[in-house]
Amino acid sequence: MPDSPRRFRPLRVIDAAAAALTSWPILQQLRHDHLGRGEAVRSRSFDAIEPRTSTADKVTQSICPYCAVGCGQLVYSRDGEVTQIEGDPASPISRGRLCPKGAASRQLLTNERREYQVKYRRPGGTEWEELPLDRAVDMIADRMIKSRAETWEATVDGDGEPLPVNRTLGIGSLGGATLDNEENYLIKKLFTAVGMISVENQARI
Amino acid sequence: MGSNMAENHPVGFQWVMEARERGAEVIHVDPRFTRTSAMATSHVRIRPGTDIAFLGGVIRHILESEQDFREYVVAYTNAATIISEQFQDSEDLDGLFSGWDPASGTYDTSSWEYAGATVTSSAGQRDRGANVGEAAGHGGHGSGLHADNPPRTDPTLRDPNCVYQILRRHYRRYTPEMVARITGCRPEDLTAVAEALCRNSGRERTSAVVYSVGWTQHTVGVQNVRSAAIIQLLLGNMGRPGGGILALRGHASIQGSTDIPTLYNILPGYIPMPHARAHRDLHHFIEQSAAETGAWGDMDAYLISLLKAWWGPAATVDNDFAFDYLPRITGDHSAYAAAMAMLDGTMKGYFLLGENPAVGSSDSRLHRMALAKLDWLVVRDMVEIESASFWRDGPEIETGELRSEDIGTEVFFLPAAGHVEKAGSFTNTQRLIQWRHKAVEPRGDCRSDLWFMYHLGQALRDKLAASTDPRDRPLLDLTWDYPTDGPHDDPSPEAVLREISGWGPDGRTLSAYSELKADGSTTCGCWIYSGVYADETNQAARRRPRWEQSEVAAEWGWAWPGNRRILYNRASADPEGRPWSERKRYVWWDVDAQRWTGADEPDFPVDRTPDYQPPSGARAMDAIGGAHPFIVQPDGRGWLFVPSGLLDAPLPTHYEPHESPVPNALYGVDASPARQQMARNLNRYQPSGDAAGSAAYPYVMTTYRLTEHHTAGGMSRTVPHLAELQPEMFCEVGPGLAKERGLRHGDWATIITARSAIEARVMVTDRIRPLEVGGRTVHQVGLPYHWGSRGLVTGDSANDLFPIVLDPNVHIQEGKAAACDIRPGRRPRGRALREFVQGYPREPLPAEGSR
Repeated sequence: MPDSPRRFRPLRVIDAAAAALTSWPILQQLRHDHLGRGEAVRSRSFDAIEPRTSTADKVTQSICPYCAVGCGQLVYSRDGEVTQIEGDPASPISRGRLCPKGAASRQLLTNERREYQVKYRRPGGTEWEELPLDRAVDMIADRMIKSRAETWEATVDGDGEPLPVNRTLGIGSLGGATLDNEENYLIKKLFTAVGMISVENQARI
Repeated sequence: MGSNMAENHPVGFQWVMEARERGAEVIHVDPRFTRTSAMATSHVRIRPGTDIAFLGGVIRHILESEQDFREYVVAYTNAATIISEQFQDSEDLDGLFSGWDPASGTYDTSSWEYAGATVTSSAGQRDRGANVGEAAGHGGHGSGLHADNPPRTDPTLRDPNCVYQILRRHYRRYTPEMVARITGCRPEDLTAVAEALCRNSGRERTSAVVYSVGWTQHTVGVQNVRSAAIIQLLLGNMGRPGGGILALRGHASIQGSTDIPTLYNILPGYIPMPHARAHRDLHHFIEQSAAETGAWGDMDAYLISLLKAWWGPAATVDNDFAFDYLPRITGDHSAYAAAMAMLDGTMKGYFLLGENPAVGSSDSRLHRMALAKLDWLVVRDMVEIESASFWRDGPEIETGELRSEDIGTEVFFLPAAGHVEKAGSFTNTQRLIQWRHKAVEPRGDCRSDLWFMYHLGQALRDKLAASTDPRDRPLLDLTWDYPTDGPHDDPSPEAVLREISGWGPDGRTLSAYSELKADGSTTCGCWIYSGVYADETNQAARRRPRWEQSEVAAEWGWAWPGNRRILYNRASADPEGRPWSERKRYVWWDVDAQRWTGADEPDFPVDRTPDYQPPSGARAMDAIGGAHPFIVQPDGRGWLFVPSGLLDAPLPTHYEPHESPVPNALYGVDASPARQQMARNLNRYQPSGDAAGSAAYPYVMTTYRLTEHHTAGGMSRTVPHLAELQPEMFCEVGPGLAKERGLRHGDWATIITARSAIEARVMVTDRIRPLEVGGRTVHQVGLPYHWGSRGLVTGDSANDLFPIVLDPNVHIQEGKAAACDIRPGRRPRGRALREFVQGYPREPLPAEGSR
């Protein structure tokens, strides 16, 4: 009660009001920014930020990971982190456009549900456990060798005569349509050499 | 048709919109009114699963009004070819073609052959679905065609046994009235579409057909696509600019993973996997699998170059180039067969590499129960998908069908690198291979699948290095010496692409598959990709901006084969090699230069004169005449009638879906007799057609995608913007059905089949309408299938409802048409859910040992 009226400085308020009025977008637009695409839409916070596309230290040409149209993407990154993904205007397929999924693909890489560590669940377990990556690969190789030995077929019966098959139907794989050609090639090559038959992907769904 | 392009391939749809702005007529034939329908010139509504009836009506219209492009049809298709006198049509046998064996439930297809052709492989030699399905793409394995024994033809098309006359008789009953009765469209809709297609085809104009999984996910999926092939061949729309049949595929490299297949029945480049019975050695394999004539005539060169790529110096002339290192197939080993093997306890270990069957596969509950039977499971994904967590929070834990402590599956979850965290190539839906550069390193344990496969291979080889067991030789002799670099020893994806493309005896990369040899001197991991690393350059990484090149954009990426952007483009010229019209000029014979030339790479031997006649004894590509554009077919012609390679029919004909509320109006046979069934306790079928109990499932249901989500949700339900845009599972119903069943917009509904019951929010909309089918009103239920129990947004999985019943050629499930019931309110929880579902009628399980 004692101080507030005395501290009230009307001139300062008027100055501030005048400044606010002159920066009022509608007035700016009326005075010199008729299309409302320049000064009229700027603010102090706006002036303080820069688009992620201009702060990136690297731009990489890529392709959208969702459907099979194959839209071109430009991946903007800074200090090894993806900061923005935009359509690539040079692409004769997409001409710079992306759909909602392609436009959201930065979040595919950065969303908080993304997993960064190996997780292991033992038989009968009720929780995930930690496991080093190298150990996981080693254990998986052991499981493959064991299951392969248990289910190996050198021959099958062909109406009384043995037909060589040299295979295991005891190990299978599913997936590949979201992966690279090179990855599919190594999957098919390695698993076929192991004797696996049931190597499959989304092409049938 | 069978595609909602505007919502599911929106950026591709910009070209349809641009064509429309330039005057093109866009027709959308689909059960639902979608954004594609909204942007089309016209929309025709048909019942899910009746596409062949509609397309058959179009074929009939073309033939009866004689609006086929006759010059093209006679020269470039097998319309004039005479079929065996043994052939009997489904119109003569009430829904069966000749050769049906009721005991095995399969066809002996020998009576479908060309007259006078020697049948080199009989269906009885092969197990059901073992080899023939994908062989259809090869056009004529075992068709018995020889250059010395060309098929008999009647270019006047009058012979009653020529394909043209067989077609006319086969489709005679597909009148507008019959089509309307089956599909629920109006008779005038069919006539209008057929007339529009005819009007827009011929010398001066071309029409394109676009489809997606709305065509493939049926027990007659291959036949749906075949129907379009007949129309496009009759109208002369294949191999020409603005024409074709365009499959819009739904994963970034689903085309690549088919070309370089992670599929059980083929090797890279659509070479069949050898079969135990038919393919004892390399010689028999080539004899049985390769056509003598056409591009497949050089299969020995393609296969031996592949064997050299995989086993290098260990593949020699003396050991059949290590042909016996390839394991043999004996039947259906597809993903659905694998799930059954898990339930049976014969499949012990499984890898999931970016796929989520616990949500994405038909009868998803069966797949979750199957995963719980494995000894071990490896899941590689970016987030913890339902297929990784079924043992702790899957729906069956809630119903009490599974208990975590009782599940013996050992689960390894390995986090995967994203698309910008690794370099590599995707092949898009138009066969275009596009390279991605690596933008950033993956964090933590995230790795590419290239890293995983390479290091898993190293671990296996290290552990077995001392083995003398012959079964380990293929693994130990495998060429597996890729250069590595970076903090995680990443194998070089360029080195792998170079191996896929192949090299010659001098070690230099090849520029085309025509350079491949059958003597072991060339190496090539996938013959159709040969040239993608030509001149020691990654051609897939080419990025000349679109504004610096023609609309063909030949210097953006690389398209297989040979960077040809339109397949069979020799058909864009007339038999003499002249463009059909100036307006549609694309590839033509340059008389002065004596070469094929034009806007694209010719998909034809570049110096073959249009009047070339194969000499006696000619084989492989030498046996393709100068006026025969379809070079992978043994006769160089487009096949209106398929004499060999398909298991279910030489001509598409209408069958009802496996589960339908109505019987087949055409035949006594309801569903496709050759469809592949897998009934078992976890995959119960329900009464269909007129069978007792079918009235419990009076509605037709179909599934689809939304723009904001991707397949089984593994790449979208954890993405905040996408989850916010489409937050909840819903079902689309029309106002009539809502009234009939008391469903209220925004409230819950429960959808029921013999497999399960799911709940969804109700969306009452005019976009989905009842159809008048055979005098009955059939309501439809539309279901997006993206949801599961995990992610930022969760919901029941539509695939829980669908049966596992497959197209016999390709083992694709019928996920686009089935019958269901719907009720207001949420579904029962816990044990009550199973009891509720069991209160509905179901088909008895077949006796053990029967089909």
